[in-house]
Amino acid sequence: MIPPSFEYHRPSSVEEAVGLLSSLGSEVKILAGGHSLLPMMKLRFAEPEHLVDINRIPELKGVRVIGDDIVIGAMTSENAVIADPVLNAKVPLLPEAAKNIADPQVRNRGTIGGDIAHGDPANDHPALALACDAIMTVVGPNGTRQVPASEFFLGTYWTALEETDILTEITVKAFPQGAGYAYKKLKRKTGDWATAACAVVVALSGSSVSHIRITLTNLGPTALRAYDAESILMGQSINDDLIRQAAAKAMEICDPAEDLRGDAEYKTAMAGQMVQRAINEALAKAS
Amino acid sequence: MNAPVKTLEERKSELQGMGDSRLRKEDARFIQGKGQYCDDIKLPGMLHMDIVRSPVAHGRIKKINKDPAMAIPGVHAVLTADDLKPLNLHWMPTLAGDVAAVLADEKVHFQMQEVAIVIADDRYIAADAVEAVEVEYEELPVVIDPYKALEPDAPVLREDLAGKTEGAHGPRDHHNHIFTWEAGDKSAADDAFANAPVTVSQHMHYPRVHPCPLETCGCVASFDPVKGELTTWMTSQAPHVVRTVVSMLSGVPESKVRIISPDIGGGFGNKVGVYPGYVCAIVSSIVLGRPVKWSEDRIENISTTAFARDYHMDGHLAATEDGKILGLKVDVVADHGAFDACADPTKFPAGLFHICSGSYDIPSAHCSVKGVYTNKAPGGVAYRCSFRVTEAVYLIERMVDVLAQKLNMDKAEIRKKNFIRKEQFPYTSAFGFEYDSGDYHTALEKVLDAVDYKALRAEQEQKRNDPNCPTLMGIGLVTFTEVVGAGPSKICDILGVGMFDSCEIRIHPTGSAIARMGTITQGQGHQTTYAQIIASELGIPSEVIQVEEGDTSTAPYGLGTYGSRSTPVAGAAIAMAARKIHAKARKIAAHLLEVAEGDLDWEIDRFKVRGNEEQFKTMADIAWAAYNQPPEGLEPGLEAVHYYDPPNFTYPFGIYLCVVDIDKGTGESSIRRFYALDDCGTRINPMIIDGQIHGGLTEGFAVAMGQQMPFDEQGNLMGNTLMDYFLPTAVETPTWETDYTVTPSPHHPIGAKGVAESPHVGSIPTFNSAVVDAFAHLGVTHIDMPHTSYRVWKKLKEEGVQL
Amino acid sequence: MAKQIVKMNLNGQEIEQLVDSRTLLVHFLREQMNLTGAHIGCETSQCGVCTVDIDGESVKSCTHLAVQCDGCEVKTVEGLAEGGVLHAVQEAFYEEHGLQCGYCTPGMLMTSYRLLQDNPNPTEDEIRIGLSGNLCRCTGYQNIVKAVKSAAVKLQQKESATA
Ligand SMILES: Cc1cc2nc3c(=O)[nH]c(=O)nc-3n(C[C@H](O)[C@H](O)[C@H](O)COP(=O)(O)OP(=O)(O)OC[C@H]3O[C@@H](n4cnc5c(N)ncnc54)[C@H](O)[C@@H]3O)c2cc1C
Ligand code: FES
Ligand code: FES
Repeated sequence: MIPPSFEYHRPSSVEEAVGLLSSLGSEVKILAGGHSLLPMMKLRFAEPEHLVDINRIPELKGVRVIGDDIVIGAMTSENAVIADPVLNAKVPLLPEAAKNIADPQVRNRGTIGGDIAHGDPANDHPALALACDAIMTVVGPNGTRQVPASEFFLGTYWTALEETDILTEITVKAFPQGAGYAYKKLKRKTGDWATAACAVVVALSGSSVSHIRITLTNLGPTALRAYDAESILMGQSINDDLIRQAAAKAMEICDPAEDLRGDAEYKTAMAGQMVQRAINEALAKAS
Repeated sequence: MNAPVKTLEERKSELQGMGDSRLRKEDARFIQGKGQYCDDIKLPGMLHMDIVRSPVAHGRIKKINKDPAMAIPGVHAVLTADDLKPLNLHWMPTLAGDVAAVLADEKVHFQMQEVAIVIADDRYIAADAVEAVEVEYEELPVVIDPYKALEPDAPVLREDLAGKTEGAHGPRDHHNHIFTWEAGDKSAADDAFANAPVTVSQHMHYPRVHPCPLETCGCVASFDPVKGELTTWMTSQAPHVVRTVVSMLSGVPESKVRIISPDIGGGFGNKVGVYPGYVCAIVSSIVLGRPVKWSEDRIENISTTAFARDYHMDGHLAATEDGKILGLKVDVVADHGAFDACADPTKFPAGLFHICSGSYDIPSAHCSVKGVYTNKAPGGVAYRCSFRVTEAVYLIERMVDVLAQKLNMDKAEIRKKNFIRKEQFPYTSAFGFEYDSGDYHTALEKVLDAVDYKALRAEQEQKRNDPNCPTLMGIGLVTFTEVVGAGPSKICDILGVGMFDSCEIRIHPTGSAIARMGTITQGQGHQTTYAQIIASELGIPSEVIQVEEGDTSTAPYGLGTYGSRSTPVAGAAIAMAARKIHAKARKIAAHLLEVAEGDLDWEIDRFKVRGNEEQFKTMADIAWAAYNQPPEGLEPGLEAVHYYDPPNFTYPFGIYLCVVDIDKGTGESSIRRFYALDDCGTRINPMIIDGQIHGGLTEGFAVAMGQQMPFDEQGNLMGNTLMDYFLPTAVETPTWETDYTVTPSPHHPIGAKGVAESPHVGSIPTFNSAVVDAFAHLGVTHIDMPHTSYRVWKKLKEEGVQL
Repeated sequence: MAKQIVKMNLNGQEIEQLVDSRTLLVHFLREQMNLTGAHIGCETSQCGVCTVDIDGESVKSCTHLAVQCDGCEVKTVEGLAEGGVLHAVQEAFYEEHGLQCGYCTPGMLMTSYRLLQDNPNPTEDEIRIGLSGNLCRCTGYQNIVKAVKSAAVKLQQKESATA
C-alpha cells in the first residue's frame, strides 16, 4: 500500500503556505500530522498532486493566552494538548478527551487542527470544539476570518474551509469557575474511533445549572450539539429523571451511519448511555 | 589447585535442560532488530511483484488491458492466467485434493481473488502498475450462505468441476458440494437417542476468523537460469512440503529447489498453505531470470490467505435424567470458500473434528461434516489449533453446558459425572481415538478451589436477584481435551507424505552440537526448547547446542510446524536421535574406560563406572574420542538422524474458568478473571510454556470477543483492516492466571504432549460459556460469537434486561 | 519524479540521501538504509511494528514521509544499544520473555524506550496505555508489561549509580 506520486512543498510561514495553496491548482492538500491523510493516500482514496507540509511553521504550534482567549495553534499535537498546563487548568475537557483519541504514537503526530479540518464526524475534536464554543481562525487568499464551531462543520468531510484555506488557530474561553466536564467515548478497543461519544460541560449556580453543553461524536454526518437536551437541564436542579429525559432528547437528533460498530439503533442507544454517563461524571466534578 | 567438585544439582543446572526456565537463545537478534524476516531479504537485481485483484466476488472476466501498466517506466511484465496457461500453471492442486486458480481463469470466485500480477523495479512502481491494469467483469450472482449454496437452483460456482460427481473425499451430490465425511457409529448413536430420557439440541455457528499473524505472507523467489536452481525464501510453516509441491508444479527437480523459511513473524496456521502469490513470484523469477519479491499487505492477508473455522454446527446430546451422557450426534455444514484448500491430513477432510466427544466418556457418537463451496476466499486452516479441534472442543463444551442447563445441574458437577476417569486411560472413544493419559477430576478440583467457585456462584446469585445491579455476571467453565501431534503415518499424510518429523544431531569434536529439524519456529522458541531436550538427553549444555530449521537444503525432511505437532512429533524425533547418539557414546565410553558397557551408569552429563565414582567420561570427552580414537569396528563421528513416526496422537487437556461482567447499558464485557490450568505432560521450559499460554489465551479472547469476517450480499468482506479486525491491545487484554498439572504421555519418549495451542482451543468456549452464563437465568442456552458490545447489547435488548 | 535531498541524524550519524517525496519513512529505513528492524504490519497505522523515535517522540514510520525527516534526529531499534551494550529495555525484554516471534519487538522496544524517558516510573495501567499503539499477536502482553516494569527499575538503578 503505497501513496501515489506527488510534489512536496514545505513553506515556513502561513503566508507562504496560502500562496502555495492558491497557486498549485486544485489537486493540492495540506499535510498536517498526516494521520488521516497518509492512510487515505496509501489506500489511494486520496491522490493529491501536491502536498503542502505545514509542520515547519512555528506560529501554528502551541497554546497562548491572549486576554480572555486561549489560542491553540492548529498544529498543536494531541500529546501537546494533553500535556499543556494552560489547557489543563482552564479547559481541562480538551486534554482529558484527547487521551481518548487514537493511540500514543498517533497522538504525537496528529494535530488538533487536522482532526477538525478533516471533517470526519468520527473524529473527536469537532464535538469538543462545539462543547467549548471554539472559534476557528481561518486564513485564505483573501485574508483572515473567524468561524464559530457551530458554523464550521457542514457535512461528512465537508467544513467551512475552502481548498485554499488554512485553519490556523482554535480559540476557546476558560470554563466557568467550578465547571464540571466529561467526555465519554464508547469504542471497540483502544485506538478506535467512537461508536458513540458525548462531551458535557456543566456549571452550577447553587444547585441549578447555569451553563451546559452537550455534544455528540459520530452520531450523524457531523458532530452534533444537543440543544434540546441542554434546554431540559438549563436552570434546573438535576436529577436522574431529568438526565434520562435529556438523554432521550439527545437521541432524537442522532442519525448515525451503520457500520461494523453497530446499526443506527445501537449507536443511538449508546448515545443515550454516553450522554447520561457524561452528565453524571461532569456533575460529580462540578462545584 | 583443583577445581571444586560440582554437586549433581550444579551439574544439572549448568546444562539448562528440560524443566529449566532458561532464557531464549533466539532473542539476541530480535531485540537488536537483526531478525531476518522474509521482507528483510534483498538480493541484487531483485524485482517486486504486486497483484491485481478482483473487486467482485463472482464474475466473468471480459477483458484485461495490460497496456497502461506496461507503459509505466520500470514495469517489466504483467501476467494473467492466459500467460500461465502454456506452462500449465494457471491452476494448482490444493492440499485437500481440489484445484485452485493461481490467477483467475476466465472467472473470479471471490472478492480480492488474484487476477493478474505485475512485476516492476520496486514496490512503488508495482503499486502504480496494479492500479493501471484495466479489467472488465461481468458480474454473476453471489453465494455467501453455505445453506443457500446447496439449494437445487443455486448458482454454479465451480464450472471447472462440471459433471464431476466424485471428489477427493467421495461422491458429490450437488454442484456446490465438496464432500460429506462421517465418523462414529450412526446406528448406535440413533439407538441411544431413541431410548434416552433426555435429549438436547443446539445450533451454533463458529464464525469465519483469520489467524492474522503480525507479519503477513510473502516470499523472495530466485531462479538461477545457469544452474537451473530455484531458491525461495518464504513465510512458510512447512518448507519441505512446499518444496515438494513447487517441484511438482514447476518441473524443477526437488534437488534443485531450495525453500528457506527465515524468521517468521507468527504463523498461527496462516502460513501453512501454498498461495498464488508464492507461485506467481516463482514463475516470474523463472520467466525473467531475476529474483522477485512478493509482500502481501494486511488487507490482502485478511481477505485472501487462509481463514479458519466457518463451521455451522448442530449438536445433539442424549442423557439420563441425572446427567450421564449416553450419546452424541453432530451435523456440520462447513463453508470452505471457493476452492477446497484446507490443510488437513489427506484422509481427514474435516481434520480431527471427531475428537468432539471431548473429555467425556460417551458410549455412542456420530458426526457428519459436509463441505460446501461459496464465493469466499479459500482456507479452513487450523488457527492455532490442531486440525478442526477448536471447532470440536467448542461444540462439545457448549453442548455439555446446554445439557447442564436443561437438567438444572451445575456445570462443574455435570462434567465430573461424565469425565473419563483416570483409571480408564488409555481410553478409546466412541470415535476411535485412543486417549493416552489424563486426570481430569484432580485438575478440575484444583481450579474450583483456586477460584473459590462456590463464592463466585453465590455472588452471581446475589447479583441476579438485584434488579439495580448495572452488570450481568457470568462464569464460564471448560474442561477440554485436545488431540495433537499429527500424526501416525498409517492414518496421517499430506500429499501422500506421512506426517512424521525428523531430527539430525551432530556432536562436534569439542562437545558442542548442532541439531537440524524438519519443523520451523514462528515464535515458539524451538531453538531453545529443542536444545534443552538434547541437553538433558546427552548432558551437553543447551547453551552450546545450535538448532537450525527451515532450510530444506540442510534440514532433514519434516512436515513442519502447525497443529501443535512440533513437540509431540519433532520433540520425540530429537529425543530418539539423541538416544542413538547416547547408545554410541556408551560404547565409546566403555572403550575409553576399558569396562563393559553394562558396567556404566549414565549420570547427568557422564558415564561412570558403577562402583567407582572417580572413573567417568563426560560427553565432551566422548565426543573428542569419537573423532580421535573410536573403538575398533565403530565408525568415527558422533551423529544421528531420526525420523519419528508417532505411534499415536497426544492428548493435552486443560481446565479453564472465566468470570465476566457485562455492562447492561453498553453490552461491554469485562473479563474480571481468567484462570487457566493446562496439562501438557512433561514441561520442557516453564517460562516458554507460560508465554505460549498467555499468547494463546489472548488470541482466544480476540476470537471470542471480537474477531469476525462479515460479508455483505455482494460478497464484499467488510472489515479487512486492523481498524475493524479485532486484535486486542495491551489495554483490552485481560491479565491471565496460569496453573498446571503434569500427566505425561506414556507413549512419547519424553512424555511431552504439546502446549501452544491448548490456550486458544480451550479459552474460546470458556469466554463463550461465561457470556452465555451471564444470561443463563433468563433461559438463554447459546449465543454465537463474537461477543462484541454491539452483539451482546442486542441480546440484552432481546431479553429485556438492557439499561 | 519528485526527488529531494534529505539530511538527518540517523542513529547518531549524519546522513544525506536523495529520496522520492512519496517514500514512506519505513521504506526509506528498510530499503534505502538497510535498517530492517522497523517492520510493516498494516497499512492503516494501527499495528505499531514500524515505530521509531523522531526528535524524542515515538512515531509510526509507515505514516510519515522520509522527506519530513529533513533536519531531524531519528533513532531506530538498531541504534538502541550503545557501544555494544544493550539498552535496559532490550535486556528486560530478553529476561522477562517479552517476545516470541520477535516481529513486534523493535516497535515495542522503541515505544517502551520513549515511554520510560517520559515517565520513568510508570504504573501497570500507564504501561498498558503507553503500549496501546503497538500490537503483539504472540505474547498476550503480560510479559511485555513485566519487561517494561523491570526496565524502569534498571534505568533507575543506573541513574542512581551515576548520580
Ligand atoms: C490508528 C488511528 C486511530 C485514530 N483514532 C482517532 C480517534 O479515535 N479520534 C480522532 O479524532 N481521530 C483519530 N484518528 C485520526 C487522527 O487523530 C488524525 O491525526 C486526525 O484526524 C487528522 O489530523 P492530522 O494532523 O493527522 O491531519 P492530516 O492527516 O495531515 O490532515 C487531515 C485533513 O485535514 C486537512 N488539514 C490538516 N490540517 C489542516 C489545517 N490546519 N488547515 C486546513 N486543512 C488542514 C488535510 O489537508 C487533510 O485533508 C486516528 C488515526 C489513526 C491513524
Ligand atoms: S505498519 Fe502498522 S502502524 Fe505502521
Ligand atoms: S512477539 Fe510475535 S507479534 Fe509480538
